[in-house]
Amino acid sequence: MQRPALGGLRSWRFAIGAGALLLIALAAVFAPVLAPFDPWEIVGGQLQAPGAKHVLGTDMLGRDVMSGIIYGARVSLVIGLISTACSVAIGVLIGSLAGYFGGFVDRVLMRFTEFFQVIPSFLFVVLLVAIMTPSMTSIVIGIALVIWPPVARLVRSEFMTLRQREFVEAARVAGLSHGRIMMAEIMPNALPPVIAVASLMVATSILTEASLSFLGLADPNMISWGYMIGAARTVFRQAWWLSVFPGLSLLVTVLAVTLLADVIGDRHNPTLRAMAGG
Amino acid sequence: MRFVAALLAWLPRAFLMLAAIGLLNFALIRMAPGDPAAVLAGESGASDEQFIAAIHRDYGLDRPLREQVFTYLRRLAVLDLGMSYRTQRPVASVIFERVPATLLLTVPALLLAIIVGTSLGTLAATRAGTWKDTLITSMAMLFYATPVFWVGLLLILLFSVSLEVLPPFGMASFIKKTGMPGVLDVLQHLIMPVLSLALFYMAVYVRVARAATIEVLGRGFVRTAYAKGLSSRQTLRRHVLRNAVLPSVTLAGLQVGQLMGGAVIIESVFAWPGIGRLAFDALMQRDYNVILGVFFVSSAMVVVANLLTDIVLRLIDPRIGRN
Repeated sequence: MQRPALGGLRSWRFAIGAGALLLIALAAVFAPVLAPFDPWEIVGGQLQAPGAKHVLGTDMLGRDVMSGIIYGARVSLVIGLISTACSVAIGVLIGSLAGYFGGFVDRVLMRFTEFFQVIPSFLFVVLLVAIMTPSMTSIVIGIALVIWPPVARLVRSEFMTLRQREFVEAARVAGLSHGRIMMAEIMPNALPPVIAVASLMVATSILTEASLSFLGLADPNMISWGYMIGAARTVFRQAWWLSVFPGLSLLVTVLAVTLLADVIGDRHNPTLRAMAGG
Repeated sequence: MRFVAALLAWLPRAFLMLAAIGLLNFALIRMAPGDPAAVLAGESGASDEQFIAAIHRDYGLDRPLREQVFTYLRRLAVLDLGMSYRTQRPVASVIFERVPATLLLTVPALLLAIIVGTSLGTLAATRAGTWKDTLITSMAMLFYATPVFWVGLLLILLFSVSLEVLPPFGMASFIKKTGMPGVLDVLQHLIMPVLSLALFYMAVYVRVARAATIEVLGRGFVRTAYAKGLSSRQTLRRHVLRNAVLPSVTLAGLQVGQLMGGAVIIESVFAWPGIGRLAFDALMQRDYNVILGVFFVSSAMVVVANLLTDIVLRLIDPRIGRN
């Protein structure tokens, strides 16, 4: 089997992923400075093709697409990070309890996890957000409630192996409480692989938010890429720039996150890396 | 006999799962701000007091909560999914007439994703580190990162608007054709929706199959197979593929639920007349009973798919379910 310079390949993926994400994050933070116009304001003619005044054109109301793209980075990044953080919290809680205590607790919690793993999760999020009325909060809650199962499974299996290790036995003999053993002894060892899975969940969250807002379930106060594409659906045949540019922004963002997640995943899965010939 | 065992193990799980979905639906209705009856009525009659009173009576909303839960579950058990207040028809019949269109879209998409994805993933694994591997994994990553609805829109821009070779939406032409031309007409309408739905899931299978094959290739029995003089093609077919395909099948069972979500998006992009499009229209009209019904029926489809994957797994690996 050939041995490619995977180290070199990895640093290249890392550089591209991190670089792209940094640019997107800068756009999100400094949007008011960077954006040429207010993304909601009518600043030009309707459906103007990309040109000198409006670099990426205008939409059916005459709003500047470029400004929408810059402000839209905010929604994607915020939703991606916060939903992932919330779902990691849920997954770690359920997975650690199941893995540490085993037995009946484990069976019940794993049934629960399995349930959330097989339900049509996107439909569930759609229902939840529609009923709670679309807002950043309801979208984050909806996404976080459906993407946690892989974290729970992972944390559970980590806890199951770690709880039998000697340092945990020692802590038990020393009379530490279950809570202390779980939080202070096992958790630090169980978390690294979780980071790899969580980084991929950021990508899933961003894509889910985009699909929601494409279907019209967007926070009415925040412009987002999915919303821009969805709102322009009736005219997308005449005005390609209205769907192409926000879509490209989504693609680049998710691709950057996936590249980073892959690099992190490789680092935490040395066996796979070794078998891949790296 | 093994399949009878699979069926017997599946029945209680299926029952529990559907009951849990019912509870979840009930919780969602109760979670809505304000009067649940007004939520169910949607835009069609929230101001009509008599109408609201009728919904109260139908759902027993004036009874204690525990009784309400049982009323709701009992109705689900006989597939009474309530009324679509927008169309004034029972939700169950509205949904069931749309199920075939959704199956026509999702089943080929899933099969395409599994077959092409697993083959490409295995190919990439046996060529790990070469340009073929890099090409396949890069393509998979690209499709994984592309929003499903955007792929659909781009395909329409390319094949319907620019090249004018494929119909942009719907399931059949306005002028109805019968017989063979009719079938071909539907197939033509099917190409882009199936493709856009399949690409994302294909990417997932490439990743899974590649990882699984690489893992299997490193095991002892593969080395034994080589050692006893089998060619690499024979080793791959007899020893590696069978093992490497297992995670893909397991994943397929888990993914049916996701696929139903993808169907909502793709069906609304291509105006495909399935239950996904129905859910989208109901969403626009705030016809919650219909969305809740679609959620329940899709979950039932997932439950059935789980039984099917279980049987396929038992066929591939006879050890499964023996103890």
